[in-house]
Amino acid sequence: MMEFLIAWWANVPEAAAAYALAALGLLLCERSGVLNLTAEGLMLVGAMAAMGAALQIEGYPGMALVVGMLAAALVSLLFALLVVTLRVNQVIAGLAIVFFCQGFTQLLGVMFDWQNHPVPGLLPVRIPLLADIPIIGRVLFEQNGVVYLIVPIFFAVQWVLHQTRAGLRLRSVGENPEAADAAGVSVPLVRFGAIVAGSALIGLAGGLLSVGGVKMWFPDMAGGRGWIAVALVIFARWQPWRALAGAVLFGCIESLVPRIAAAGIRVPQYFMLMTPYVITLVVMAWTAWKGRSRSSEPGALGQPFLREERR
Amino acid sequence: MTVTTAAPALALSGVSKRFDGFPALDGAHFSVREGEVHALLGENGAGKSSLMNVAAGLYLPDEGEVRVDGVVRRFSGPLEAAACRIGMVHQHYKLVRALSVAENVMLAAMAVESQSAAGDRSADKVGTTASRAALRTSYGSRLARIRALIDDHAARLGFSIDHRRAVHTLSVAEQQRVEILKALVTGARILILDEPTAVLTDEEATRLLQTMRTLAAAGAAVVLVTHRLRDVREHADRVTVMRAGRTVAECDPRATSTAELTELIVGAAAPAVTRKAAAPGVARLAIRNLTCRRHDGFEVLANLSLKVRSGEIYGVAGVGGNGQTELVEALLGIEPPVSGEVIIDGVGDIAMASPAARQSIGVAAIPADRYRLALAGTLPIADNYGVTRVASGAYGSVLWVDFRRMRQEAAAGVREFDVQGVRRIEQPAGLLSGGNAQKLVIAREFASAPWLVVAHSPSRGLDVRACADVQRRLIDAREAGAAVLLVSEDLEEVLLLADRIGVMSRGRLVAEFDAPVDRQRIGQAMVDHA
Repeated sequence: MMEFLIAWWANVPEAAAAYALAALGLLLCERSGVLNLTAEGLMLVGAMAAMGAALQIEGYPGMALVVGMLAAALVSLLFALLVVTLRVNQVIAGLAIVFFCQGFTQLLGVMFDWQNHPVPGLLPVRIPLLADIPIIGRVLFEQNGVVYLIVPIFFAVQWVLHQTRAGLRLRSVGENPEAADAAGVSVPLVRFGAIVAGSALIGLAGGLLSVGGVKMWFPDMAGGRGWIAVALVIFARWQPWRALAGAVLFGCIESLVPRIAAAGIRVPQYFMLMTPYVITLVVMAWTAWKGRSRSSEPGALGQPFLREERR
Repeated sequence: MTVTTAAPALALSGVSKRFDGFPALDGAHFSVREGEVHALLGENGAGKSSLMNVAAGLYLPDEGEVRVDGVVRRFSGPLEAAACRIGMVHQHYKLVRALSVAENVMLAAMAVESQSAAGDRSADKVGTTASRAALRTSYGSRLARIRALIDDHAARLGFSIDHRRAVHTLSVAEQQRVEILKALVTGARILILDEPTAVLTDEEATRLLQTMRTLAAAGAAVVLVTHRLRDVREHADRVTVMRAGRTVAECDPRATSTAELTELIVGAAAPAVTRKAAAPGVARLAIRNLTCRRHDGFEVLANLSLKVRSGEIYGVAGVGGNGQTELVEALLGIEPPVSGEVIIDGVGDIAMASPAARQSIGVAAIPADRYRLALAGTLPIADNYGVTRVASGAYGSVLWVDFRRMRQEAAAGVREFDVQGVRRIEQPAGLLSGGNAQKLVIAREFASAPWLVVAHSPSRGLDVRACADVQRRLIDAREAGAAVLLVSEDLEEVLLLADRIGVMSRGRLVAEFDAPVDRQRIGQAMVDHA
C-alpha cells in the first residue's frame, strides 16, 4: 500500500507542474482583461516545438523548453492581434486558435517525422541529502529542474502583479481600461505584453509534457489539459496561489488514473478519462455558487477596449 | 479673498469647438485666479463641460487659446494638462474599482510623473508634489510616499480616508474624495470639478463645498461646474454664466439676484409651475407593511405603509439612502420584498408580480438611474420608445413587428414631449443628454394616459428648463386623475409638487404632512429620526 502511495505521489509534482504553469499563464493574461481560451492550442505548440528542438539539437533539454516557450509566444501574437488590435470576440478567437493549433502541430510534427521518437529529455535532479528523507524525499526531491522552479515562478508572478508598476498597470487595465487609459497607460500595449508573457508560460507547460514527461511527441498530446487549466483559473478566482493548489489537486487525479488500472481495480477506462472533467464541472459550479459576489473576477474580463475619440 | 496677481492661473479665450459640424463652443472665454472658487454656471448642453474639457486637455479646441499663468499652452492630452498642474474631477469617476485608494492615486501619479519627466524642457514645470526622482525609487517606498501624501492632503481638507480600502467599497461621496486626492497628490493647483454635487446628498454637498473653500484658501484655483444655483450663491466667489456655447456674463454671485442669474442661464425667466387644487379620489396604491432586506440581511424597509389616491401627488422626502431606492425597486418589481402588500385598486396585491405584469396594469415607471433601468443605450430611440408596448401587441403580433408604426409613434412622442438632440429617430438612445433621455422615458411611460406613476428623483441632474418640463408633466398627470408617487431626495422638488408628504428615515415612514407644509417641520422629521 505504501509503495502504491509513494509511486503515485512521486508522479504528482510533474503532472501538477504542467497544470500550474498553464493556469498561471492564463491568469496573467486574464488579469489584463483578456479572456484566454487558447491554452490547449498553445500547449500543443509548446510540446511540438520543444520536441522538435530536442530532436534537432540533441541534449540541452532546457534549450528545447525555451524554444517551446518562444513558439507559443509567437503564435499568441496572432491571438493578440485578433483580440487586442482587431477586437474580435475573445471566446471565438480563442477557440479558433485552439483548432488551428491542433491541425497545425499535427501537420508539422508528421511532416518532419517527430512522431514517437523517444528523447532523453529532462532528467530528474536528485537533491543531495533531502532526497534521502523517506517518502518526502522521493516525492519532492527527485524531480526535474522545472518542477523546482514552479514555486519561484509563482512568487515572481505574484510579486510582479502586486509589487511593481508594470503589475499595477496590468491590473488596472484588466479592471477598468478606461481609467487606465485616462492615467496614460497604453491598454493595447499592456494587453499584448500580458498575452505574450502568459503564453510563454503556457508554452513551457506544453514543453514539459513532451520533453519532461513522456519524452516523446504524438499528435494532440495535451489531451485536454489546456481546458482544465482554463477551469482552474476560474476555480482559483484569478489568484496565483489558489491556482497552484488546484493544479496539485488535478496532478493527483491525473497520476492516480493509470495507477488504479495498473493495480487491477476494474473501473471502465472511459470513466477514468472522464473524471477530471466531472471534477472541473463540479468545481466550477461550486465556485460560481460560492462566489456570487463575483468581486474577484477582473472587471473588464472579455471586453475589448476602444478609446472613445471625441477630440 | 481674491489674490491679485499679474495673470490669472487659468484663462481661456475665444474657444470654439465643433462636433460633427454642431458647435458645442462658440468663442467662449473663462478665467480663474488663485485663491478663488469660480463657478461655471449654465444649462445642460450650454458648453460648460466642453469648455473645461478643453482646459483639461481632453478636447483640442478648433479655435482659441489656453493660458496657464499667462503662458499659452496647447495640450494634446490630459496628461500634458496635468503636468501643467491642472486637475479635473469628471462627473463619471475614472477609478479602478478593484484597486485600493492608494493604488489608484499611484496609478495617476505614475502617469503624471513620466509625463513631466518626458516633457520637462522648461524649468517652470518642475515642482510637482512627487518629484521626478521618485521615478527611480522602488514600488514599495513609492506606495508608502503616496499613502503619506494622501493622509497629509486628507487631513488638511478635514476628512479621513482609509487608503487601504478598495474603491468599490467606498460610497459615491468617498469616491469623489479619492478623485480630488488623486488630483492633489499629482500636484494639481487648478482644480476643475464637473457637476460635483449632482450625485451627493445635501449634507455631503455642503461638506464638499467647504472642502473647496479650504483648497482655495490654501492658494488653489477651484472651478465649480454646476447648474445648481444654490451651490453658486452660497459658495462661489465669482460666477461665469454660459449659454449655447457662449460666455454670457461674469459676475459676483452675492451681488446678483437669483432671478437675474436664472435669466442669464435660460435667457428668459424660468417657467413657474402652476397647479390647480388637489381633487383626490380613491386610494389607487396602498402599500401595507412592506419590508425589504439587503443581501446581508440588513432591513432597508421596515413595515412601511402608505396610500396614494388618484388625483394627488404623494411626495416621499428624506435624506438619501434611507430606503427610498429600495421602496421604488420594490414597487417596480426589480427587487421583491420579504413581506408586505402592494395593493392596486381593482387589481389586488402585486408585491410579487413581475415588472411586465405591472406594466400591463398601467404603472408608469420613472426610475432614478435612467441609463441603467429605463433605457437600452445602444438601441435606437424608436425601439426604446416602443419596447413597453410591443408585448401588448401595439406593433403587430409575435411573428411580426410594425417598425414603421413604431418609428412614427416614437417621432410623435419625441415631438410632443420636446425631446431635444434627436437627429434621427434611429439614433442610439445613449447619445441623448441626461435631460433629454429623461424626457424620452417620460414620453414612453406617458404615451397612454398614465394611471399610476412611480417617479424616483425624476429631475436629478437636469437643467432648469428640463426640470420644469418634467415637473409640469407630473402635475399634468395628476390633473388628469393619475395617482403619482414621487420619491425624491430633493426637498425643494417635493415641496413644490406634492399634495401630501411622507418623510422616510431608516426604512420607515416617520411622519406625514399635508401640503402646504413648513419646510422646517419636514427638515426636523428628517433629522430627528436619523
